[in-house]
Amino acid sequence: MRRAVIAFTAFLGGLVFLLAGPAHAGPAECQGLKGTLKLQGQPVNGVKIAVTTEGGQPVKEVATNAQGAWDVQVDKPGKYKVTLDVSSLPQNAEVRGGTNVRTLTVYEGNCSAVLFALQPKGAPGQQQNASAEESPFWTQFAQLTFEGINLGLIIALAALGLSLVYGTTGLTNFAHGELVTLGAILAYAFNVGMGLHLIPAAVIAVIVAAALGYAQDRFFWGQLRRRGTGTIAMMIISIGVALFLRYVFLLFFGGQNEAFAQYTAQPGVQIGPISAAPKNFVAMAVELVVLIVVGVALLRTRTGKAARAVADNPALAASSGINVDRVIRIIWTLGGGVAALAGVMLGLSQNLKYTMGQDILLLIFAGVTLGGLGTAFGALVGSIVVGLFIQVSTLWVPPELKSVGALAVLIIVLLVRPQGILGRRERIG
Amino acid sequence: MDWITIISTTLKSAVGVETVLYGLAAIGINIHFGYTGLLNFGQAAFMGVAGYGLAVTVAVMNLPFWLGILVGLGAAVLLAVLLGIPTLQLRADYLAIVTIAAAEIVRLIFRSVAFKDVFGGSDGQRGFSDGFYALNPFPEGDYGFNLGPVPIFFNHRLLWVLLVGWLLIAVCCGIVYLLMKSPWGRVLKAIREDEDAVRSLGKNVFSYKMQSLVLGGVIGCLGGFVYGLAFASVQPDIFGTETTFYCYTIVILGGAARVLGPVIGSMIFWVLLVLVYGVLSEAVAAGYIPFMTSIQVGPVRYILVGLGLILLLVFRPQGIFGDKREIAIDAR
Amino acid sequence: MRAETTTSERKAAALAAFKDLAHDPGVPKPDPILVVDDVVRRFGGLTAVDVKHVEIQRGSITALIGPNGAGKTTFFNQLTGFDTADAGSWTFNGRRMNGVPAHKVARAGMVRTFQLTKALSRLTVMENMRLGAQQQKGENFWRALVPSFWRGQEDAITERAEDLLTRFKLAAKRDDFAGSLSGGQRKLLEMARALMVEPELVMLDEPMAGVNPALTQSLLGHVKDLREQGMTVLFVEHDMDMVRDISDWVVVMAQGSVIAEGPPDTIMSDERVIDAYLGAHHDAPLSESELTEQLQEAEAALEAEIEEETQK
Repeated sequence: MRRAVIAFTAFLGGLVFLLAGPAHAGPAECQGLKGTLKLQGQPVNGVKIAVTTEGGQPVKEVATNAQGAWDVQVDKPGKYKVTLDVSSLPQNAEVRGGTNVRTLTVYEGNCSAVLFALQPKGAPGQQQNASAEESPFWTQFAQLTFEGINLGLIIALAALGLSLVYGTTGLTNFAHGELVTLGAILAYAFNVGMGLHLIPAAVIAVIVAAALGYAQDRFFWGQLRRRGTGTIAMMIISIGVALFLRYVFLLFFGGQNEAFAQYTAQPGVQIGPISAAPKNFVAMAVELVVLIVVGVALLRTRTGKAARAVADNPALAASSGINVDRVIRIIWTLGGGVAALAGVMLGLSQNLKYTMGQDILLLIFAGVTLGGLGTAFGALVGSIVVGLFIQVSTLWVPPELKSVGALAVLIIVLLVRPQGILGRRERIG
Repeated sequence: MDWITIISTTLKSAVGVETVLYGLAAIGINIHFGYTGLLNFGQAAFMGVAGYGLAVTVAVMNLPFWLGILVGLGAAVLLAVLLGIPTLQLRADYLAIVTIAAAEIVRLIFRSVAFKDVFGGSDGQRGFSDGFYALNPFPEGDYGFNLGPVPIFFNHRLLWVLLVGWLLIAVCCGIVYLLMKSPWGRVLKAIREDEDAVRSLGKNVFSYKMQSLVLGGVIGCLGGFVYGLAFASVQPDIFGTETTFYCYTIVILGGAARVLGPVIGSMIFWVLLVLVYGVLSEAVAAGYIPFMTSIQVGPVRYILVGLGLILLLVFRPQGIFGDKREIAIDAR
Repeated sequence: MRAETTTSERKAAALAAFKDLAHDPGVPKPDPILVVDDVVRRFGGLTAVDVKHVEIQRGSITALIGPNGAGKTTFFNQLTGFDTADAGSWTFNGRRMNGVPAHKVARAGMVRTFQLTKALSRLTVMENMRLGAQQQKGENFWRALVPSFWRGQEDAITERAEDLLTRFKLAAKRDDFAGSLSGGQRKLLEMARALMVEPELVMLDEPMAGVNPALTQSLLGHVKDLREQGMTVLFVEHDMDMVRDISDWVVVMAQGSVIAEGPPDTIMSDERVIDAYLGAHHDAPLSESELTEQLQEAEAALEAEIEEETQK
């Protein structure tokens, strides 16, 4: 066991090394202040921001771009004052807390994030009515359905690994969200840090994440299983792993939002009632292809059949000559890679943040349980239902409460049909 | 490096507000997880409804302080019952997912724009603790002593919070001690081992689990009160899932199913965190660790929490004070 | 000497009750403690249990046998409230018991044990025993806080538990964790613990599974003892030697239904029973030696399973 822990530490060390290089390379070019303005999740364009030294000497004045982002590079580290021009805000927005001035310290070779939280002016209800009037119900419905499927496919990618790991080893892996973040951050490191184009960067990130998935099982989870660690203990260990990885990400990636170097500001195209950036269509196509390939592999290949057999009954599978450990290791490799892909896709459609995986973890759980814990195809169906539900429910629910609906559905499903949509009932006793 | 300050803050953290509030929450978790085997991952929600129950009653509805406490307690009991009725018949891992989801729902509602008038959105609520400090028997000033060159002083407000907090901890530990010595506690421990066996011996397992959930939830909610009163505010993101996970770390550190385990666990947990933070940030500021910036010190201590949780469960699942024999038999 | 006489009297009384009964499934008994009607349990498309009518004679030892997958354990689960039957009704001492939750079934005096023993590992043997006692004052939350309320009762319970432990030869293990006991000792503990409930009907699910041969005789003795103390015993068992040795009456299940009843010495020659065993398994044991061989295999498998269970 000592060997396992040493190996695991080495694995984590390697991870730290992997992240450390590019993450340091990235911010080195950045020394100054930056931020992103968003109003209820939507970027706010054209807001004027003025940066002065602590003494009041003007440094630079900028306006936010289409992503709501702005940044100002400074020559010397030190304290700077940032003023947001309130009159340049959209009419329906105001700065939360009222003050539009922030004073921050810029450290050498580092970008400090400046936080201006925006909120709608006046009662929240009025503003919603205004936006609801803009587009007719069905157009909005179609748009949200599209976005829901987009989100659902990402959740499905992430859920696949979680579900298969649960099915084969009984581990409810709370660190699975961090595998999603890992993929996104690795891709960011190769993309922004090393200057690779996003597509090769994403491919490399997925491969590296798959290798790390393999290593995780080979040197950590597999060793714990061999020791006979109980599933509850493993579940709590996975919480430790999640905390550990999350804050390693924070350490090297920082707490700010980031975007990939390519495809961030794509102009949208209109297809029927749906408007979306072309990258979304490509991403969805990639997600679908991957899901179909994995699905076919589960159904047709020897390993896939073995995986399903192990998920069904590990003892029986072992006694019929299947190498259970090998199958589980393949599943971890696959799960790590696919989760990383989900992270890249999530980073593409939203932003990258060190909590991005944690934030969708419960939605992944929702997808997996909805479909039936441990069944691969159930996880796919469940995830898409969850994605759809979240987006479409914003027709009636305030957007910041959209996850509440999905979580409520998760709870209700567990109560009414714990085996999920496609799961089977277990025999008791 | 300013060792005096580091030692002073570290020593104070052994009895500090965080130690008290996490200690209380962890005593609750210990009842759920350590004694009954219920995986309640929603303890933060119990703290949250208590804190917000108090805050909203006093700050929004302008009702007296003691009524706020009653509302908070009532909210915790209500949450336990609402959560328990449907979920206590589920398998352990399902219960974990349901409680974590329920806690997130509670937090998202607290921080939502739609209920901003009541809960104050992501800024939370403040201005509800005057009634508590009005009861403060200590006159204004700093209290404490010098331990050699190290000053250990608390101001009168903090001293009052700590006094009440440690009294609550003492009472809760007393209750847990009495209960776990009794036949009632025996039924809980038996449920942890195998609920079907307990059912076959004529015990109403559901009822006992519910009692356990309510008791642990109410004790956890005291932690929420302590938070709200000590910092004179509540914010939704304080009551996130990580808070619950820290409580689990504390319980396992101190030893699950030990009366004093969570309290000692909380003391060790916070002393270590404060010490590591103090030493690292001083060292970074003094330039001893050139590759780190002062912002990076914050994450490091939580990396250590994660690592500590892993290592504890792998090498010493019984915690510092747990009985090795008890674990060795079958839990591992 | 006196005990001898009562022993034979109890056994004789039980045998006399069965003397003139027809060997048909669902035959009425002179003094039934448990009467079951039309119990059905389905899992998806599979009908696991479909019992038309069965009566269990008070004060007797009745064996429930049948090939693997006959639905014996599932039937037990229905009767004791551990699983919900899709249809059917049954009465215990004339009280309707269908839909009654498991803990109330136990309180009514119908206590079961499990095929895979459920010793409460991280409780001591004595705590295991004490848990079995009913109507404990200290099991109420508020009274538990004041030891003087329950101390006296606890002492009485402890005394009773000690008697039982001595009888089951577990007195030396009194303060050990139950998890440290051997498989056979756990079976003994589980039976002793069930007796703490003071049941009228004891339902044993494969009491001999996973028990080493040295302990088998002592376990058999304890089961016979239950009848001598006025209890009724219903047990599931594979071992035909044991069934023949201790049971007064045998009920045979196959594919979820009761197919035959009769006294132990003739039941295995019943055509329906032979058909059931042959139909269920092509390699069904025909001779005594084959039977024991197969059973030993099954027991070994179970023992491995128990081993696995305890290592979790």
